[in-house]
Amino acid sequence: MTNLTDLGLAEARDGLLAKKFSARELADAHVKAVEASRPLNAYVVETPEKARAMAAESDQRIARGEARPLEGLPLAIKDLFCTEDVQTTAGSKILQGFKPPYESTVTGNLWRDGAVMLGKVNMDEFAMGSSNATCAFGCVENPWRRRGDNRPLVPGGSSGGSAAAVAARAALAATGTDTGGSIRQPASFCGIVGLKPTYGRCSRWGVVAFASSLDQAGPMTRSVRDAALMLKSMAGHDPKDSTSANVPVPDFEKALTGDIRGMKIGVPREYRLDGMPAEIEALWQRGIDWLKAAGATPVEVSLKLTKYALPVYYIIAPAEASSNLARYDGVRFGKRVNGDTLDDMYEATRAEGFGPEVRRRILIGTYVLSAGYYDAYYLKAQKVRALIAKDFDDAFQHCDALLTPTAPSAAFAIGDKSDDPIAMYLNDVFTVTVNLAGLPGISVPAGLSSDGLPLGLQVIGRAFDEETVLRVGGVLEQAAQFTAKPQFIAGAS
Amino acid sequence: MSFIKGETGEWEVVIGIETHAQVVSNAKLFSGAATAFGAEPNTQVSLVDAAFPGMLPVINKHCVEQAVKTGLGLAAEINLVSVFDRKNYFYADLPAGYQISQYTRPVVGKGILTIDLPDGSTRDIGITRLHLEQDAGKSLHDQHPTQTYVDLNRSGIALMEIVSEPDLRSAEEAGAYVKKLRSILRYLGTCDGNMEEGSLRCDCNVSVRKPGAPYGTRCEIKNVNSIRFVMQAIEYEARRQVEVLEEGGTIRQETRLFDAGRGVTRPMRSKEEAHDYRYFPDPDLLPLELDPAWVEEIKRGLPELPDAKKARFISDYKLSAYEAGVLADEQASAEYYEAVAKGRDAKLAANWVMGDLFGALNKLGVDIASSPVKAGDLGALLDLISDNTISGRIAKDVFAEMLETGKQPGAIVEAKGLRQVTDTGAIEAAVDAVLAKEQGKVAEYRSGKDKLFGFFVGQVMKATQGKANPGLVNELLKKKLSG
Repeated sequence: MTNLTDLGLAEARDGLLAKKFSARELADAHVKAVEASRPLNAYVVETPEKARAMAAESDQRIARGEARPLEGLPLAIKDLFCTEDVQTTAGSKILQGFKPPYESTVTGNLWRDGAVMLGKVNMDEFAMGSSNATCAFGCVENPWRRRGDNRPLVPGGSSGGSAAAVAARAALAATGTDTGGSIRQPASFCGIVGLKPTYGRCSRWGVVAFASSLDQAGPMTRSVRDAALMLKSMAGHDPKDSTSANVPVPDFEKALTGDIRGMKIGVPREYRLDGMPAEIEALWQRGIDWLKAAGATPVEVSLKLTKYALPVYYIIAPAEASSNLARYDGVRFGKRVNGDTLDDMYEATRAEGFGPEVRRRILIGTYVLSAGYYDAYYLKAQKVRALIAKDFDDAFQHCDALLTPTAPSAAFAIGDKSDDPIAMYLNDVFTVTVNLAGLPGISVPAGLSSDGLPLGLQVIGRAFDEETVLRVGGVLEQAAQFTAKPQFIAGAS
Repeated sequence: MSFIKGETGEWEVVIGIETHAQVVSNAKLFSGAATAFGAEPNTQVSLVDAAFPGMLPVINKHCVEQAVKTGLGLAAEINLVSVFDRKNYFYADLPAGYQISQYTRPVVGKGILTIDLPDGSTRDIGITRLHLEQDAGKSLHDQHPTQTYVDLNRSGIALMEIVSEPDLRSAEEAGAYVKKLRSILRYLGTCDGNMEEGSLRCDCNVSVRKPGAPYGTRCEIKNVNSIRFVMQAIEYEARRQVEVLEEGGTIRQETRLFDAGRGVTRPMRSKEEAHDYRYFPDPDLLPLELDPAWVEEIKRGLPELPDAKKARFISDYKLSAYEAGVLADEQASAEYYEAVAKGRDAKLAANWVMGDLFGALNKLGVDIASSPVKAGDLGALLDLISDNTISGRIAKDVFAEMLETGKQPGAIVEAKGLRQVTDTGAIEAAVDAVLAKEQGKVAEYRSGKDKLFGFFVGQVMKATQGKANPGLVNELLKKKLSG
């Protein structure tokens, strides 16, 4: 029989409908894989009973010929999504034990379409990190290892648990969220596909907020087709989220025609960073060549404010976070450490509940919003942010999509860069711009580094043009023929 | 304008008022939770109001409409684009750790409110702005010896903060301002104006200066919840500041509380006011954009407001400014009055409504909406006077009966046989009887004691149980006494 955990979403869907295997068999295989993946620490909550119960319903629906779009497909859910009666912590001790009495719109959409829940996956605390080194419940390990080097590597972040679980075949796919690169960078580090949709494409309702003007949920999958399939279910206007866009949701799978003839692909000059590893540069060039071979025309474009993107991001995101995280005060839910006065309680609760990176960002955010600093930092950052978005608008006058590397390096060892926040922040140098402009971007695994680690290429599109992003991503995927697998496959001995 | 007399001469008081008016709405500003007053604690709280993780605000269109309506009622600029900001501070009854408010771009800009002063004159007071914001919850410190309880029913309820220019010059003017504002809000139906329930609360900014001098340093008196207290607090605060200054001291800009029991203001603890609110635009909400056509539609639906009504009462009913002002103050009174005055002697109607009716309602402690005498019945009573069925004096008795029983005046007149006697023969007989009985007084009258005329009238009325038509009585008496 086929290895059920190695299927893509589309294949598994087809197999279920053709009755080659049952949803229950698919779920059981994955429940076992989830258990076997424990050394990676990808899952923080496993929900095997839920998985089996949902799969049982899927089998009945398939039998009745009433299969829904994602019927019986087992998924991992990033722990930033509130899931009804299932612990939701956002990777933070301050929410330890918190079981929301509600389901996020995005996960609700997935269950509505028949998907099966395997559990909640680990992440950097409140999605603040690029390595999963800031998880309150232990680091996640990347299932990949460098050739000839057994040191454990980071899966990237913040959706590191999602990426590791999908790469290690401990879920067919996973939800992620991306505020500055948190879907695309871990996808690149773990050799999978990660799609950050346009801001407003997926509802933020029920997703624990990090930086409200930047956060966006998206799929993390093993193929571009799977990303298209899953996004179709996740997306859609939600009246409960005022920033959710009231635009039609296309059938993204239909965009995967493989035909990019005549398309112009922008290559932003400013993304050629000093000191960028030669193999990243070479991979990027290979990507350009693939698209050219498929009939597209590469054009050089300029995104001249790129160098300001990281500083702008590290003003706006912490500013919003400092306010968004004020609600974790020990009064109504989550952790409480008592004190003699209200202020004592706040201080003790938040000191014990938040890790160092979260505290750092709350401090940065509080500072940049303070009287006397607001104009110099927050207001100026917002102005530059508008100009960065305009840079993209201008670039899209000359091209249909942009091609860039996803991250400036492959996965690094656990512990590296931990003492240098700036070095860590640089991981997001190619991805944050996209969040600041609210655009869709996808990371597609495109090759291996010299020491055998996956590297991704990023395609960026116009707002609400995920179809072009997926189409170009599909061509890259086809050309790259990325078939390498991580050293750690859940359940493989 | 009135001045405070100090040791060193006259001082001018400068007052600006910030009013928090709770919007009349069934649901909260950003959630669907209910807003009824007096519900059990924490029974009107949605997950948004309690700031659970991942919850998002969605603007309630009705609350925006109420704010726009109020802005139009204050003849103010409506800003077609406004922005909601977060005001960040930590407190146990502020679940999100921030209040959603409007800081730099409020929904309503500059406007005008005309206050009515007791001498019948008016004065225009500038409105600086009106913005929408959320109310916080309520901390209950008296439920437990060492712990505080939190009730979130109020959390998220829509408030309009209405800010006046520092145009008010006395406690009296401040009182007139709040009174007029409340009247307009009630006319518009945008705030019930119920100060005891906290639907309308005032922060008063008070400073004093020598006439013509630049503004002095101001103190803000927070959360004053009645018009009387507003006036008392300002009066006290102004005199306090004059005293401090005349003793060579300086006024510290600070927030103070009014102690209604002792009639004084005292400073709040400095910790309660030392905030850096870190305002920034709420990224969960898009800028609020209003369709000009929608604003126009709201404008067309505005009711006649107190000032317009007052002016119309003066011109249509020939009332004095004072009468018109009193009657137009509350929509219900104005409607009542118009129902009574329509097609009748408007002045007489005003006298009855403002005198007998208001007096009676005051005594009963009920408002005009629940008056035992309906406008139609009072009108019918006036009709009985003007068609000479009863005299004005008998009407007072009928009115008292109406108040007590709710019966119609015609029925009371019939049942009690109060119909005025206009039969000249009957009255003449009564007059003759009185004159025959009081011959001594008649002689005195004829010898020049004119004042006795009233005595004879009284006797005749007494003899006819007050039912004789007073005009006829006068006429016959005059004729007979001079004859």
